[in-house]
Amino acid sequence: MNLHEYQAKQLFTQFDIPVPEARVAETLEEVEAAAVALGLPTVLKAQVHAGGRGKAGGVRPCNTATEMQTAAKALLGRQLVTAQTSLQGLPVSRLLLERPVAVERELYLALLVDRAAERIVMMASASGGMEIEQVAASQPEALLVSRIEPLFGLRPWQSRQIGDCFGLTAEQQPALARLLGRLYQLFIECDASLIEINPLVVTLDGELMALDAKIELDDNALFRHPALAALHDPSQEDAREVAARAEGLSYISLEGNIGCMVNGAGLAMATMDLIALHGGAPANFLDVGGGATAERVGRAFKLILSDEKVAAVLVNIFGGIVRCDLIAEGILEAVREVGVRVPVVVRLEGTNAELGLQRLARSGLAIETAATLADAANQVVKAAAQADAAALVRPDADAGERS
Amino acid sequence: MSVLVDASTRVICQGFTGRQGSFHSEQAIAYGTRMVGGVTPGKGGQRHLGLPVFDTVHAAVRETGANATMIYVPAAYAADAILEAADAGIHVIVCITEGIPVLDMLKVKAALARSEAVLIGPNCPGIITPGACKIGIMPGAIHTPGRVGIVSRSGTLTYEAVEQTSAEGLGQSTCIGIGGDPIQGLDFVDCLAMFEDDPDTDAVLMVGEIGGSAEEAAAVFVQRRMSKPVVAYIAGVTAPAGKRMGHAGAIVSGGGGTAEAKYSALQAAGVRVVRSPALLGRSLAELLRR
Repeated sequence: MNLHEYQAKQLFTQFDIPVPEARVAETLEEVEAAAVALGLPTVLKAQVHAGGRGKAGGVRPCNTATEMQTAAKALLGRQLVTAQTSLQGLPVSRLLLERPVAVERELYLALLVDRAAERIVMMASASGGMEIEQVAASQPEALLVSRIEPLFGLRPWQSRQIGDCFGLTAEQQPALARLLGRLYQLFIECDASLIEINPLVVTLDGELMALDAKIELDDNALFRHPALAALHDPSQEDAREVAARAEGLSYISLEGNIGCMVNGAGLAMATMDLIALHGGAPANFLDVGGGATAERVGRAFKLILSDEKVAAVLVNIFGGIVRCDLIAEGILEAVREVGVRVPVVVRLEGTNAELGLQRLARSGLAIETAATLADAANQVVKAAAQADAAALVRPDADAGERS
Repeated sequence: MSVLVDASTRVICQGFTGRQGSFHSEQAIAYGTRMVGGVTPGKGGQRHLGLPVFDTVHAAVRETGANATMIYVPAAYAADAILEAADAGIHVIVCITEGIPVLDMLKVKAALARSEAVLIGPNCPGIITPGACKIGIMPGAIHTPGRVGIVSRSGTLTYEAVEQTSAEGLGQSTCIGIGGDPIQGLDFVDCLAMFEDDPDTDAVLMVGEIGGSAEEAAAVFVQRRMSKPVVAYIAGVTAPAGKRMGHAGAIVSGGGGTAEAKYSALQAAGVRVVRSPALLGRSLAELLRR
């Protein structure tokens, strides 16, 4: 789960990690009140779950009250499109107002779980403010990676190592050690999977301060952090994906026109790959889970068909513990109830697969069964192409009548 | 012979009397797995499915001589269950539980480094030596005894691989589902090493997926150490790039993680890569016939 910058910085404040003085505003009135409290000039920052806000006009320094009102009106309640968002962008429902900080130098600092090393690692670079991928590519020697032993935690030598990488003075070292210790504590106590500060700055007064903050939390650990779980902002995610999660389905929207319903995440990805190999394009990733009951299959059909791009649906179920004849009943019930209007190709494998396929074939519904995985892909790609071709012919015919 | 488990393996279930634990213990018994008991704290002394229930893993090991366990306890208690099993001297710990916090697994892995126990999972289908021992949630009936080792990060995709090899008349020596979590027990390299050393395994089918760098590490191992043929499939060529997740994480793993990066690493290492999930069995059969 991702946090907004303002939420991350509130956590920083709780853990005594220095951040600029700030206010959060949801309305133009609150923006004005915040400006009175903070004074001018101020920096307005749109709160969305995406990077690249600066270049997209989502971070605006304001010197006067007029500038601030104009900037707030341009952002609040609008969609912000950045290099990291979709073309629709993300809704801005909150602004963070911050007192500007006089910066001497910008640094980069992150804590994250390195799955290969099976350790929490700190990454540091004296080149802050840049895209860290660029730093890693152009000057990898400038990127320090320091692994933390889980049974010891952060050690004093590691903050000296990072201080050296940052080029800090001996006087600044204790402040860095404090900051790193609190960041590590936050990481552990909140079950974070990533904390990134870009930039961490040295102010003209020689102090360290987090000018930006990005936190990702481990979804699997939210059960022990109800207060953090409440920070979830569904407006920043694809509406269909949020709805799917609420129903216990794992769904991701894609660009193609072939809807996919599969049990198991690995098989779901493999099914998408297979469709692409056979010249089609998947419209979604959807894992109905191990159960694949009639109810779940029904909900999955509704979700897939709520995407207007979908011209055909491929159902690929490997029934192991769950019998395929029961899954077939579920598919039939769902197709009848939902009123599926696009071609449906079904491939069942596993326990009682033949019985399941027979039931589908005898149902009288427009369901094509497939004998093998490869056949299923071929059939659905063909069906989708035909459906799209038919859809192309119809508007032309309409146009002909009008003219 | 086989890998890790066989007909002599004495298996207990942690979370024995729960819904999942009961169902899959029943299935294991029906398959012929040598189940010797189970653990549910507070229910020690009772009998369940005709087997003794214990309060602790230590008591179960003492009374039954168990040397393997399958864990079905909820995510919040799973780390504890793994540590308890390791401390009690269980050799093969199979953790089916899904959704264990990453930081719990970091600590569990560090603790297990000093133990003799082998962890499979979490969030995995388990391990099966066809015809001898089934520990996990996989459907037993699709497996046939044979000489292909299968190792996979996915559940149903593993079944697909099993079914296809069975259909080619090949059969499996042992199938290991290592699970899809970022921090896990056995990885590809561990399993490849065991299959290389197993006289009853002639070839290995590995099924990977996007994320992390375990497949790249496997490629290095195959090149340096494996004499047996390896076929690999990677799921997720069409998966959308990281959804902004990982960002910094991708750097640490050296820009890896994509299916293409994994395919090129494996191909360069002499692994026979398969691009179609429909051709897992056939590719393996062709390779073995040559």
